[in-house]
Amino acid sequence: MKFLWFHLMPYTELPDDFRERNPGVWVNIDSTLFDPRRAHVMYNDFMDELEYAGTCGFDAVCVNEHHANGYGLMPSPNLIASSLARSTSETMICVMGNSLALYNPPTRVAEEMAMIDCISGGRLIAGFPVGTPMDTCYAYGQNPSMLRDRYLEAHDLVKRAWTERRVFSFNGRYNQLRYVNIWPHTLQKPHPPIWIPGGGSVETWRWCAEMDYVYCYLSYFGYRIGLSTMRGFWNEMDRLGKDRNPYRAGFLQFVGVAETREEAIRLYREPAEYFYGRCLHLDPRFVQPPGYTTEATIRARVEGQVAAAARKATARARTATAMEDIVEQGYVIVGSPDEVAEQLRHAVTEMNVGHLMLLCQYGNMDRDLTAYNTRMFATRVMPQLADHFDDRWQNHWWPNPLPAAERAVPDAGLSGTLAAAE
Amino acid sequence: MSPEHETTVEVAGAPYRVWTAGTGAPLGVLAGFGGFLHWTPFLARLARHRTVVVPSLPGFPGGGGRAHVELDTQLDWLLRTQDLLAASGLSGADLAGVSLGAALAADVAAVWPDMVRRLVLVSPLGINDGDTVIADHWGATHSEQLALLSSCPGVLEQYRRMPPDADEIEWDVSQIRANEAAARLLWPNGETGLGGRIGRITCPTLVVWGAEDRMVPPGHRRLYRDGPGGPVSETVIEGAGHQADFDRPDDVAAALVAFLETEA
Repeated sequence: MKFLWFHLMPYTELPDDFRERNPGVWVNIDSTLFDPRRAHVMYNDFMDELEYAGTCGFDAVCVNEHHANGYGLMPSPNLIASSLARSTSETMICVMGNSLALYNPPTRVAEEMAMIDCISGGRLIAGFPVGTPMDTCYAYGQNPSMLRDRYLEAHDLVKRAWTERRVFSFNGRYNQLRYVNIWPHTLQKPHPPIWIPGGGSVETWRWCAEMDYVYCYLSYFGYRIGLSTMRGFWNEMDRLGKDRNPYRAGFLQFVGVAETREEAIRLYREPAEYFYGRCLHLDPRFVQPPGYTTEATIRARVEGQVAAAARKATARARTATAMEDIVEQGYVIVGSPDEVAEQLRHAVTEMNVGHLMLLCQYGNMDRDLTAYNTRMFATRVMPQLADHFDDRWQNHWWPNPLPAAERAVPDAGLSGTLAAAE
Repeated sequence: MSPEHETTVEVAGAPYRVWTAGTGAPLGVLAGFGGFLHWTPFLARLARHRTVVVPSLPGFPGGGGRAHVELDTQLDWLLRTQDLLAASGLSGADLAGVSLGAALAADVAAVWPDMVRRLVLVSPLGINDGDTVIADHWGATHSEQLALLSSCPGVLEQYRRMPPDADEIEWDVSQIRANEAAARLLWPNGETGLGGRIGRITCPTLVVWGAEDRMVPPGHRRLYRDGPGGPVSETVIEGAGHQADFDRPDDVAAALVAFLETEA
């Protein structure tokens, strides 16, 4: 198993009546609620937490991209990742990821990720989401009818920029560049591992299989609901003749660990209810722009009775905003270390997922509780699952960093040395 | 209620539906959001006076399947529309458009002045007034969308309801596809650059507005009234919303007929 510590960077001070007084947390969230002085503290807490997770033994730390979003304060995950490339040394850095169609030209992504890969000594995982409708079509004004084609073309350009060792011209439908010649290049060859976060789109599954990328189902609604999607993924892999290597897949899960289940429910109630009550207060107006979902996926959803039933169950389940329901539905796995380990073992086995992305901070969880949850997970849950799958499968989709002896060591003492010299 | 003739013309390798009804000089009509799903009272009323010719626009019902995905730029849309009008026998004919159909009709008249004899723009889109933009038809719930488009949303909803003999899946797909085609043309602000070309319109032009249009801010009206280089008249239809042809078919059709007859 690989354990990745994921931060969404939620704004932690949305008011108690946020749900009642605001249409949504995304796109049209009330701008006056944002206090930069408080965000100064939040950002620094969040980065402390990511750095702490890196020292606790998590295999990777994860950041992602959102725009105009009250639960995701990272319009540029690359900014955070570049800081982590300096402040961490062993953990991998998973940028999950850059919404390729939003960058003009997309070689900007190739350049920035190559910088992070070089600075970190080859510890980068490159995530390429299409991006949510809210981020891409509404906050960034991308045409939903062109988004996927732009994304696919941008992907081709980035990958060529990473792999070709000559100056080349790119004459695409949406991007025309006379000279493509990025400096720097990625340290990992031929390029960092590419992971694709997605929903339940059959086309995305097929594309991941074709390109040999990791498919990550980033659901906020836990493994019980995620199971049907992951079964669909593996059925499609079977159909395509791909093996069932669990490292082809990633899954996101909220966790809350304490000495006992009762204690865990007491500790994590407020942040969980904050997240599901306020952070996931989505305005339905921005969920389904025309053309975002392909006709093949629409047909698959309409035609599949099982899928339709699952969707209805999902819709019912997603109304849960009270801790008892949140736990009952499996959105957040809580309990003692043994209880959490047992539930996760069941979840990853059933879903056949080798990359487990964990949200140990969510909602308005403060730094101390985040650190406690992170530490409890790292020291008492992770060891129980660390070898899971490894007796049968190799992870071909993990970064290949420089050996420690060859890596530069950030030298915080240099400024002092220079001052002394002067 | 149905058109007298339904034919298919091939444009750029895709089949496009063309409805025809009535007698007299031809009048082309380009639909607004959603396209024409059935023959409408507005078209029937026009057909009493003119030969009404209704080609389907790319991606809209009858409009070449997913032909819209080939169209990336406004020039692509205009060339396809001009080809479609020519294939439908509408070169040099009178041309009316509703909403996004009016945006294309106006641009065709601007770019190819000989293509359009007289022009009718019902609730036109394509130009914004600085940062004051049209309402967000897509960032809206289903009921809000209907209310933005029509002063009689129940009538519009009824019009869009699936016929009993239709395939449910394909009906839904065709509706979503039409919405996507509109988005491909107008996302995100409904701006097509027409403002830079509207001065090239030299033919007589009638602009029709619904008094209860919630899509287009009233301040936009002057842009279409003052923009064209030729003579412009303007009519506001009481009780009508953005899709004025649905809301007040008789009144809008009467305004068109009066304009076309006067100008003839």
